Amino acid sequence: MADERKLAYVMAFNEAVKQQMEVDSSVFCAGEDIGAFGGVFGTFGGLQAKFGADRVVDTPISEQAIVGLGVGAAVTGLRPIVDLMFMDFICVALDQIVNQAAKLKYMFGGDAVLPLTITTAGGGGLSAAAQHSQSLEALLCHIPGLKVVMPSNPYDMKGLMTACIQENNPTVMIKHKRLLGMTGHVPEESYSIPLGKGNIVRPGKDVTIVAYARMSNEALIAAEELAKDGIDCEIIDPRTLQPLDTDLIISSVKKTNHAVVVHEAVRFGGLGGEIASQIQELAFDYLDAPVTRIGAPFSPVPFSPALEQHYIPDSKTIVQGIRDVMARV
Amino acid sequence: MDLPVHVQLDLHRRMVRIRLFEEAAGRLAESNRLPGFLHLYVGEEAVAAGVCGALNDDDHITSTHRGHGHLVAKGGDFNRMMAELMGKATGYCKGKGGSMHISDTSLGMLGANGIVGAGSPIAVGAAFANRYRGRGQVAVAFFGDGSTNIGAFHEAANMACALHLPIVFACENNEYGEFTPRDKTMAITDIVDRAAGYGMPGVIVDGMDVIAVHEAAVEAVERARSGGGPSLIEAKTYRFYNHHGVQNLGLKYRSDDEVAMWKQRDPIFTLEDRMIENKAATRDQFDAIWAELRAGIEAAIAFADESPYPTPDQITVGVYTSMSGAS
Ligand SMILES: Cc1ncc(C[n+]2csc(CCOP(=O)(O)OP(=O)(O)O)c2C)c(N)n1
Ligand SMILES: [Mg+2]
Repeated sequence: MADERKLAYVMAFNEAVKQQMEVDSSVFCAGEDIGAFGGVFGTFGGLQAKFGADRVVDTPISEQAIVGLGVGAAVTGLRPIVDLMFMDFICVALDQIVNQAAKLKYMFGGDAVLPLTITTAGGGGLSAAAQHSQSLEALLCHIPGLKVVMPSNPYDMKGLMTACIQENNPTVMIKHKRLLGMTGHVPEESYSIPLGKGNIVRPGKDVTIVAYARMSNEALIAAEELAKDGIDCEIIDPRTLQPLDTDLIISSVKKTNHAVVVHEAVRFGGLGGEIASQIQELAFDYLDAPVTRIGAPFSPVPFSPALEQHYIPDSKTIVQGIRDVMARV
Repeated sequence: MDLPVHVQLDLHRRMVRIRLFEEAAGRLAESNRLPGFLHLYVGEEAVAAGVCGALNDDDHITSTHRGHGHLVAKGGDFNRMMAELMGKATGYCKGKGGSMHISDTSLGMLGANGIVGAGSPIAVGAAFANRYRGRGQVAVAFFGDGSTNIGAFHEAANMACALHLPIVFACENNEYGEFTPRDKTMAITDIVDRAAGYGMPGVIVDGMDVIAVHEAAVEAVERARSGGGPSLIEAKTYRFYNHHGVQNLGLKYRSDDEVAMWKQRDPIFTLEDRMIENKAATRDQFDAIWAELRAGIEAAIAFADESPYPTPDQITVGVYTSMSGAS
């Protein structure tokens, strides 16, 4: 539709937060530079002016205490959104995320509710070097008690962020820094996309590409390229990585008999390994070739654009990976 | 002002080198010739220069995201620095680190750091190793006011004091962490108040006065070197440019008056005026120093421009050290 309202990814995030803050007084936000400044990526822009400094809180540079604030406030009845500016900084707060947020409920015999959203920004492509470019989602997905979300477009961003805020468990919402300016159709009214439900971004019959966040968009470009060669790709964007929509992936693979998993994170130990083994366990008899993983080489993210451009997978890497898989048939 | 003239000139030189490097980097960034983030040290030169001027070449420092000034003050090579900022193979980190990770271990400079607060515990480790080996070297942790809100700083300060290590904590209090003023993120005005809680002496110095910084640093370094344990120096200073880059983009978080007031107190021109007034140096002398150092920076830009980019096969090189010790 020509008159569809378009919104940038970053504003889709912002709108989800704003709408939930309007309807639920227990929602508040806290993080570095998010108040008066609106967040270094503009994600929280205008929210402090609208809701006041008690609900949109500028915190000290204290990642552990920021997540701790969220854990403590969540377990005592609020619905916090706490922001860690860059995903790399989750490492500074890992105790609160891994040992506290993820586990309190279980350790208390179920007697705790933690409606906590941790928001952060991941991914490379900005020459931000090794400590500001990582994709550490596999670390988080390994922790029972957490939910992990990585939207690939503005529409999903708003729906998934709304779901995160409404969710009664700790979730980590990972924005991709390179997608902040991406625009797309986003309905004005509030809506949510259920956590754990993937999306068929592009239907196809020859090969299943499982790709999330920015790689889902790269996969689309790759699919158009491969279509010229008569390779028809089906792209699955899981949107939520924990819980993972295994059913959707498996039913696709059963149809296409080929699978490639793509992520920006380091290939070794990345989520691609988990997804590939799920496919092997649940659809082995349907596979015509081994499941392939595409990811970053085993090194920290390099600074120089001359290196980083080869480090992060892109549509060309995906095209090559898929050609290799199809060539095995 | 009883510091020998040659010491004053040495401090001046360190500051001018920083200024020229940073102004050049800023210009390059504004014309999109530098990739990535750039946190400039302009305005704060007296802190790095005053402290590093009190150190030996083999003393250690840890730095911050705003790290070029520390490396320049420690004797960093313009060519390799500029090449690193451009992501070239000839850079200090072979293009792997960039501005935020610039380092020269041969100068005891253990890295700029992208993680706020992370340098201080590393300085504690260097101080420990120095004493362990009886090397007589000291370590200095440079850190911002904002970083004292992070646990790592507190753990480092406490451990350094508990172990009575040869270390100096050098705080650059520029009153802001990114775009948020200090008074929104801590209930104290002076970072130095934190020192007492760990049992170390602390002083406040005028961070725009390189002589004052230097005198405090000499005392603290001497204390550390002679077994007197840690101390903290809080230098009240100001960054003249934006948190990153040069121009203040987007929302304004500092008033023009405030910025102008601090620029009036430019640490380099203040020292020059004082030295000229005291007949310790002449304008011509300073002009010659600027010209000489400026030529060095121009040469560095040319060197960096002409240097090759690293090749993709270098991506996975240098992740581990081999058992033979080669990297
Ligand atoms: C652990 C961590 N949290 C947040 C950031 C983002 N960040 C980079 S610099 C900075 C402000 C640091 O303030 P300060 O220590 O006062 O140093 P200044 O920039 O003023 O020199 C912040 C919040 C970071 N790099 N690391
Ligand atoms: Mg500061």
